[in-house]
Amino acid sequence: MAQTNNSELLKNPLNLQNPITVQVLGICSALAVTVKLEPAIVMAISVTVVTALANLIISLIRNTIPSRIRIIVQLMVVASLVILVDQVLKAFMYELDKALSVYIGLIITNCIVMGRLEAFALGNKPLPALLDGIGNGLGYGVILVLVALVRELFGTGQLFGCQVIPDWCYEHGYANCGFMLNPPMALILIGVVIWIQRAKFAELQEK
Amino acid sequence: MESLRKYLDKIKPNFEEGGKCAKLKSTFEAFESFLFVPNEQTPAKGAHIRDAVDLKRTITVVLIALMPALFFGMWNVGYFHYQMTGEESGLFGNFFYGLVAMLPNIIASYVCGLFLEFMFAQIRKEQVNEGFLATGLLIPMICPVDTPCWMVGIATMFAVLIGKEVFGGTGMNIVNPALLARAFLFFAYPGKMSGDVVWVADYGKTLDLIKNNELPANTIVDGFSGATPLGQLAHDGTTSYSVMDMFLGFIPGSVGETSTLAILIGAVILIWTGIASWKIMLSGVAGVAVMGLLLNACGSEAYTQLPFYYHFILGGFAFGIVFMATDPVTAAQTECGKWVYGFLIGVVAILVRVVNPAFPEGVMLAILLMNVCAPLIDHCVIRANVKRRLNRAKVK
Repeated sequence: MAQTNNSELLKNPLNLQNPITVQVLGICSALAVTVKLEPAIVMAISVTVVTALANLIISLIRNTIPSRIRIIVQLMVVASLVILVDQVLKAFMYELDKALSVYIGLIITNCIVMGRLEAFALGNKPLPALLDGIGNGLGYGVILVLVALVRELFGTGQLFGCQVIPDWCYEHGYANCGFMLNPPMALILIGVVIWIQRAKFAELQEK
Repeated sequence: MESLRKYLDKIKPNFEEGGKCAKLKSTFEAFESFLFVPNEQTPAKGAHIRDAVDLKRTITVVLIALMPALFFGMWNVGYFHYQMTGEESGLFGNFFYGLVAMLPNIIASYVCGLFLEFMFAQIRKEQVNEGFLATGLLIPMICPVDTPCWMVGIATMFAVLIGKEVFGGTGMNIVNPALLARAFLFFAYPGKMSGDVVWVADYGKTLDLIKNNELPANTIVDGFSGATPLGQLAHDGTTSYSVMDMFLGFIPGSVGETSTLAILIGAVILIWTGIASWKIMLSGVAGVAVMGLLLNACGSEAYTQLPFYYHFILGGFAFGIVFMATDPVTAAQTECGKWVYGFLIGVVAILVRVVNPAFPEGVMLAILLMNVCAPLIDHCVIRANVKRRLNRAKVK
């Protein structure tokens, strides 16, 4: 599928080509880091940075990579970028980096990154590749933030660690939903997002 | 009745294709067939329906079978509430207290569930199914009486949405929606679904008030404990209730599960009318007995040494195996599969109940697990049948 329009490259992954809800990639980290909004946003930004830069770099050197060892080259690029991101997080947001623990390192194995490199960056010019990387990272991020918003709000009554649901509700018998904090709920929420999306956009429904 | 029929006939054209309220056709049909029999009848020639049992009749029988357990449960709620406060009250006093305590939960469950059912029937342009009428009553019956009604409502919506409508509505669900609602509550609000204080109406609230010195300490009778016998047994291996108490239902617990006798009456109705499979019930009982005896043989703690027949009358086993496991949609469909399915429910229920201290009640998890496995059991049974018949057909 040749996409020439640059704005489409950015917009499509947000909805009709969404890496999580349509291509169903990168589910594992989406389940793990969406308990709270803050780590989800940091994770979304990290993945966006990695996919964008990896796409750009691979696209720049795409004509010099021998096809046989392209996976190794891609891995090298991605791994270097992930280490960079990890170091930056460690330097400026140490607490969050600890909360995200291995999941930043595991961006290397995130299927979205490798998928975009293989499917797009290897065959396209640098600018479209960069846009495609940003688009896919954001498409991943949108779902992450959406799920984390629901989970943090109903699981702990907070947003970004601040109390949102007033004490008045708790005094009248409201209780936080502990199930929201369990990974199965993230899976169910993503399922609900997929359900709503497909009900709305008929072209996504499989025959 | 006559005037009602006339009124319905009068407003009916509004709901037909092109009418003013054509969008609400499903809702109209649901009310019409609830009040009268469905308007469309099978033609005198051609259709070969030999039995009048349809979904409506099935659900009606299930509801009737639930009544003994429900009424006894209501009485039980009142009985334990007045035991706690030490007040005198008669048969009807107990019953009405329980009725009033149960009503918000029943209403919440029906309103939330039926709202979603009607909404989805409307969107999909299907008829509204009666299936939820049983589920809606089961949900408050398998929860502790003190569960807040908004929690029941949320759990019901979750169960109808994720358990049923996602898969295509009544008859398409993989797990029992009522049990899914309970599982949701169990994991979402564990403080309201387990422990020692949730089983008696207002016990938790009264304890809090006493702690804040808003009520005198003697509001609760000295030495009163709201713990279920199952909770007591899991704690130290002994219980203060006798076997007869547990059988008749003079124990705290979820509303519907307390009296094994009332549940047995329901079981007789279900088996007699052929609605529920006696094979599942019998093999479930066998599973419990086998697992109980096995634990007796190899366990060393007081809890594992419990006589196996205790497990029939403790906790939710009787209710689960009679009303939940036999749900014809989620149970195994093959006759041979039903034996395996029921037996494994019994085994897993007791295994979880006795061996895992984190889950004092294993029946819910056992039935949900076997619901998921039921298609696999059926598949194995059918493959085995095919293989046997192929062998028989082979020329020697």
